[in-house]
Amino acid sequence: MDEKKFRQIGRRELLKLTPVLALGAFAVPSLQEGLLKKGLGFSDWASARLFRSRHLATTFDNAELTPFAKFPINGYDVDDPGVIFENWTLTVSGAVQKPGEYTLAQVQALPRFRQNTRHICVEGWDVIGRFGGARLSDFLQLVGADPAARFITVNCADDYYESLDMETALHPQTLLCYEMYEQPLTRAHGAPLRLTIPTKIGYKQAKYLTDLKVTHVLDRVGYWEDQGYSWFYGL
Amino acid sequence: MSGAAIEIIQAKGKNADGEEEAPVVVARAVYEHPFVVRLCHWINAVALFVMVGSGLQIFRAFPSFGAKIPQKDLLHWPKAFAIGGWLGGGLQWHLTFMWIYIATGVFYLGYQIFSGNYRQVLFTPRDVPGVWPMVKHYFFFGPKPPLREAYNPLQKHAYTTAIGLGVLSVLTGLVVWKPIQFSWLAWMMGGFHYARIWHFAVMWAILFFVLGHLVMVILHGWNNFVSMLTGWKKDPEYFVPDDPTPKGEIEREDACGTPEGVP
Repeated sequence: MDEKKFRQIGRRELLKLTPVLALGAFAVPSLQEGLLKKGLGFSDWASARLFRSRHLATTFDNAELTPFAKFPINGYDVDDPGVIFENWTLTVSGAVQKPGEYTLAQVQALPRFRQNTRHICVEGWDVIGRFGGARLSDFLQLVGADPAARFITVNCADDYYESLDMETALHPQTLLCYEMYEQPLTRAHGAPLRLTIPTKIGYKQAKYLTDLKVTHVLDRVGYWEDQGYSWFYGL
Repeated sequence: MSGAAIEIIQAKGKNADGEEEAPVVVARAVYEHPFVVRLCHWINAVALFVMVGSGLQIFRAFPSFGAKIPQKDLLHWPKAFAIGGWLGGGLQWHLTFMWIYIATGVFYLGYQIFSGNYRQVLFTPRDVPGVWPMVKHYFFFGPKPPLREAYNPLQKHAYTTAIGLGVLSVLTGLVVWKPIQFSWLAWMMGGFHYARIWHFAVMWAILFFVLGHLVMVILHGWNNFVSMLTGWKKDPEYFVPDDPTPKGEIEREDACGTPEGVP
């Protein structure tokens, strides 16, 4: 083989690597957002496939708990949206047989579960807390939620909003939480009622709940999701 | 050399009277890197760059491995050396490119195993005796041990370790992403909190490899660099010069891996 032929082969082999340049699409400003959205969407799709409704989050001994004083208070806006407890009800709507206003006493009348689970923030830190409350699945049964509905959406006193897939909502460790460390939930931690979902990242676990809707179609996703974070974010 | 195609590169010489002489050998070349390996190498180079850049962006949100209260920061990574601009952006890049990173890794490993090409890079017990002479050569000005194949024992060690670190980066990352669904993996790593530390440590180990790799690429020159683009390495030093191949004939030890169109 002469030198010319060798150079020809080299060029041809080099050209075969051009598919690598397709990754350059991520550097094109007009394409970048859409591609990353697709990537995040694919991750969410995979997350939903990986979720096992009967698989429980690890629970911990009391000795492993993060002291209550060192349990971070995270809100997107204010630590205390000033809920007036006497007037507070949870407004239930959507695909349910018994929509309407539900009092805290009605939630507390359901079997109470207490669990020591890990709370993981999207920022990367994690704490182990002791949470108590009623199973969301029990509450959904109480209000007669349509078993075919796919999502739960919630609104909060601080205008925060979130949504959940039905599989996670029915998970036995998903609680309507009204106590932490066996004490009534404090205002800063989301009193009178918040979500505790050990199988989800922190921002899915909305505080100061005011509204709960059972729905077939997701019309509002979530505050942080609307900023560009993952929707499913199962752990 | 087993499994690689060898070509003899010739040039037609001319004598003083302008008449053509018999072709003379000007160089030899060996087909060192199959197409799949080169493709995976470059896709992975891009994916790794994005994974590290976006990973450091995510790390910036909580640059610590201790408690949240009180928070003691380990290191303030500059925003200019991170990808994504903010935590949500970093996560978008990380959760997108992780699929490219994983797919490339799986494709590469599958190819290496099923083609048998893994023998070129896999560090095995028979490479152990060759490690110390190479270390002496690289770090203590020792004589250069004769090279008989594409990679010397120390190179094989480095590449095998790098591939192992790649696998670990995925496993530790899966635990950080899904500590509950991969709870047995999380348990092996000491739980979510430790998995995050391992994930970070593995990244630095990979960066350490990349640094050494880039230094060696620069030291080994142009022909070596080109071989990762075209597959062919011109004048490889391990090629025995007094090869008995007769002039003007093309020796092809193994058709496997020969590019199409080679006469």
